[in-house]
Amino acid sequence: MAQYAVLIYERVAPEDLPKEIMDRHLGLPDRIGELGGKVTAGLALQPNETATAIRGDLVTDGPFVETKEVLAGVYVLEARDLDHALACAKLTPVVEGGVEVRPLVGFQVVPD
Amino acid sequence: MLAATVRVTRDLDEAEEAVQDAYLQALKRWAADGVPERPGAWLTTVARRTALNGVRHREVLRRKLPLLVEPAVAEPPEPAGPIPDDRLRLVFTCCHPALAQEAQIALTLRLVCGVATADIAHAFLVPEPTMAARITRAKKKIAAARIPYAVPSAEELPERVSVVLTVLHLLYSAGHTAASGNDLVRDELTGRALDLARMLRTLLPADTEVAGLLALLLVHQARRATRTDDAGRLLRLEEQDRTRWDTAMVAEADRLVVEALTGGPPGRFGVQAAIAALHAQAPGYAETDWPQILALYDVLLRLWPSPVVALNRAVALAMVEGPEAALAEIARLEVGGRLAGYRYLPAAKADLLHRLGRDAEAAEAYRAALALSDNAVEQEFLAARLSGA
Repeated sequence: MAQYAVLIYERVAPEDLPKEIMDRHLGLPDRIGELGGKVTAGLALQPNETATAIRGDLVTDGPFVETKEVLAGVYVLEARDLDHALACAKLTPVVEGGVEVRPLVGFQVVPD
Repeated sequence: MLAATVRVTRDLDEAEEAVQDAYLQALKRWAADGVPERPGAWLTTVARRTALNGVRHREVLRRKLPLLVEPAVAEPPEPAGPIPDDRLRLVFTCCHPALAQEAQIALTLRLVCGVATADIAHAFLVPEPTMAARITRAKKKIAAARIPYAVPSAEELPERVSVVLTVLHLLYSAGHTAASGNDLVRDELTGRALDLARMLRTLLPADTEVAGLLALLLVHQARRATRTDDAGRLLRLEEQDRTRWDTAMVAEADRLVVEALTGGPPGRFGVQAAIAALHAQAPGYAETDWPQILALYDVLLRLWPSPVVALNRAVALAMVEGPEAALAEIARLEVGGRLAGYRYLPAAKADLLHRLGRDAEAAEAYRAALALSDNAVEQEFLAARLSGA
């Protein structure tokens, strides 16, 4: 199995997500499991306004990259190949935005 | 050969090296022992064996040498997909929607058709190092993102076949009218696109759009010899010698068009093929069934709302309702701006103006078209029209 990060870009702040979408987020690992994939880690991010960027020694407010869609969450997915990963990632509920699937470099940065 | 070897290595560069190595071995062995009965099979076997050794070697290193146990690297099993064909798997890999369309075409040309990177760069009008870098990036994405060497599953197939068909159509078009250079046609590209379309047809006999694309390419191919005169000058459809069209190819295309239009809701390649086939069936330009062609363009425009289709529809409209009506359509397209830089728009406009006797305006449009063409044969054609306008 290969590992992919699924980056969720969303225009709607996490606290404003409709209940139905929240419920689908909570059920996402199970639904991906049914497809033969596996979610190994997941993070939901506070809104953009809470972000602080550090570039060299310079500390500024705001996220590193300003886009209309905001990086709202990330999860790590184990899948056979890109097609399998895309099939799993398509299950991600999004109100307005989309997801990006990025293969992870094959070394462990998280201790076992 | 490459396609069969890739299945072992799952790495395009390694597979290409193994294939090259097989050719080297063949040069030595065949000189000594004579050419084997089935040279292709011999080469494939050797390339796959070399590749398998490479994979084993890597596995041993990975599992650390001290163990000194040769791990059992089995050949990957023959896949149980609906279409067990290595070449088709490679085509679908090259045409994966996760790759940029230009990379899809470039990879298909390079890996499936074996076209040299320099020639691909030439077709795309970019320097060779630029194209080499694009191909390398695409190969890296295939490896890093693990784009599978597989024909997509049944539910993904319709969407993915349409990408493959688009690439084959572009491949054929790139050869049909070379974007630059001294010759109008690049036969190696049109020939390979046609071969691949035939292969898809064999493997997906029930797909109406595959039938449509193959029919479309066949009609173009049937008319190929008459597109230029003996001096290599471009001939318009109305000037071409219809007796020299390949009637067997047109007949084959006709049968495919029927399948493409009756096997389900018509797709864009089926309708395009039907239009091309109507042109091919007509005994002469004036006797062409223009009202039917116009009706087909209306269908096509709904399926594929492209400004290029709208422009072609305008040309058919001119034949049904006269040049004035078509000029009004073209004026609307000019306002839209999406065809700015498309050399066939001023060329079509020039022709309509010329037919109306508005020669000064026609000359201006011919000059605009001339400025947009990089192909010597097209330029000569437009220059000749300009002097006649």
